[in-house]
Amino acid sequence: MTTLLEVKNLEVRFGLRSGEVKALRNINFTLERGERLGLVGESGAGKSVLGFSILNLISKPGYIADGEVLFEGRNLADLSAEELRNIRGNRISMIFQDPMMTLNPVLTIGEQMIECLMTHRKISKQDARTIALQKLQQVYIPSPEARLDQYPHELSGGMRQRVVIAIGLLMDPDIIIADEPTTALDVTIQAEIMELMLELCERNNVALILITHDLGVVSQVTQKTIVMYAGRIIEQGPTKEIINDAQHPYTQGLMNALPQMAVPGQRLNQIPGSMPPLQRIPTGCAFNPRCGYVLEVCKHNMPEFTQSGGCQVACHMVAEMKREEQAARMQEV
Amino acid sequence: MTNLKQQAAVAQQQTADNQAPQETLVRVENLYKKFSISGDFLDQLKFKNGKFVREQEYVHAINGVNLEVKRGEALCVVGESGCGKSTVARTVMGLLSPTAGSIHYQGQRIDNLSDRQLMPYRRKMQMIFQNPYASLNPRMTIAETLMEPVALHNPQWSAAELRDKVHEVMFSVGIDPSWGERYPHEFSGGQRQRISIARALAVDPEFIVADEPISALDVSIQAQVLNLMMDAQESRNLTYLFITHDLSVVEHFGTRVAVMYLGTLCELAPTKALFATPRHPYTKALLSAIPRLEDDRPQHIKLKGEVPTPVNLPSGCVFHGRCPHADERCKRDIPQLIATSDGGQVACHAVEEGRI
Repeated sequence: MTTLLEVKNLEVRFGLRSGEVKALRNINFTLERGERLGLVGESGAGKSVLGFSILNLISKPGYIADGEVLFEGRNLADLSAEELRNIRGNRISMIFQDPMMTLNPVLTIGEQMIECLMTHRKISKQDARTIALQKLQQVYIPSPEARLDQYPHELSGGMRQRVVIAIGLLMDPDIIIADEPTTALDVTIQAEIMELMLELCERNNVALILITHDLGVVSQVTQKTIVMYAGRIIEQGPTKEIINDAQHPYTQGLMNALPQMAVPGQRLNQIPGSMPPLQRIPTGCAFNPRCGYVLEVCKHNMPEFTQSGGCQVACHMVAEMKREEQAARMQEV
Repeated sequence: MTNLKQQAAVAQQQTADNQAPQETLVRVENLYKKFSISGDFLDQLKFKNGKFVREQEYVHAINGVNLEVKRGEALCVVGESGCGKSTVARTVMGLLSPTAGSIHYQGQRIDNLSDRQLMPYRRKMQMIFQNPYASLNPRMTIAETLMEPVALHNPQWSAAELRDKVHEVMFSVGIDPSWGERYPHEFSGGQRQRISIARALAVDPEFIVADEPISALDVSIQAQVLNLMMDAQESRNLTYLFITHDLSVVEHFGTRVAVMYLGTLCELAPTKALFATPRHPYTKALLSAIPRLEDDRPQHIKLKGEVPTPVNLPSGCVFHGRCPHADERCKRDIPQLIATSDGGQVACHAVEEGRI
């Protein structure tokens, strides 16, 4: 069986007045059926651009400059608009951050769901309504029948996000891309929504790409994690390994900066500086000006990926350590 | 290194001991705040039974909150959106006037003072806002922004003195003083929040109200700003009223925590005690919802339904509709705060009766 989704050497550029910038560089990863993947990073790291470019939703002045996004072996960039429409919202659906912006304020919940169903399938309005009702029940919306005839503004934030998830599930997609789905919500609601998404993905064997800046959410929901910095993947691997034993100095820094990792009342371990804007990414490793372990080579050469346990890490220091380990082992032999 | 840290910890402990019993800096007494949502006079007129009647609807943002902020502590107020935590902050600062109740600063009632009478208090109380993109004037340079409050409160100072003061606060928050001629848009979010903090510190206040100061920032920047605020607290002996929805920040930063729900205080306790043994069912649910790094599976307490609208408050305990332990009494009587064994206070009939 072919891999469900494979991203190969993806590069996305934005043509700005001040020149072209590379928003994504050298992105490689795979996603299997039913797998849950977390995309983490700070704002501007490129995680949302990556989410959008999978569906070829990058709008001008951005464009995919290089690489492939293979969905079941077919490159999405090669498809016609018509073929893409059959995939978007149907096989791969997307859930956005702010449910108020995603839902059409002048259509009822029911109209929006039925519209989506009737676009993708040849079914009667009555059947579409039945399916919509089922999906609303699946996301535990109380009195779903009544909700179908309500407008988005009549629902609370948490309910709206449930509706958005129900719409995302309408066509029984293979992949859901969720871009910060709980950032606009309160903690108790966030916990409920995350639990709901986890349950739905498991039950329907849906693959999930969860874009978030919250490492806690990633650790609870995903199996695989990708950490991004300044448009590049700097570390990827099983979530457990990344959370418990991060290799890249930036991932470690992110982890240690969390208040829950520090002794209450003591200073937090901060990473100095901030992420550079895309126009001014330093040469070599993009993280080198903020890194505590910076070597001379970091300032000149972009690090390649090193295998460390189940993780791939783009860091000269980790590579150096691995080489030393290997040399030591060779000497023993 | 560890030795030094231990010494510092011991010294801190000693100063803390010396200060006890702590002086109350700010007292919020039986505070109520409601906002009319009925529009202007003509909007309020309704034609009913052949007569014109005037009808008004209110959002009951705060319903009888009592709080005491002790000198030198960081009192954190937590709760979900719409629970009234920001309204408390704004009312304490005098940006909103209370519908009923009073605010006292060092024993002096300040909520009924005129602007002129408030001036000396404004100098002692400063505020940091959530969004550093909105709280800095885009048409003023950083130096102008920082100089304005200093000049206002120190009219006798010379230009050189003002400039020195501005340089000093910029330096203390880690912004190069030579950047004073730049405008806010030239700075990143984290730097802007540092500038907001510098503006608050510029008049040497003793009390700072921070309304979600780090929510708009990235994780690594959050740590920088939190560290800065903790350093400032230590070096200037500041008192904080810290409003946030992020419980992991509270656990790290707060001396005591006040949990609010629908405009009322449900629990107030020292941070350690609250996180170790939360008493109120709402606090328990809130704590269980924090996404922790350790656990694999969320094990959170599910609440029934949603936060009710603050327009028509539920009778009795405002939490009773969602509480797993609610009974008839909870629907009828409003629970009062009672003292707990670990130095906190909790407003819950079930806890009082020993049911949970």
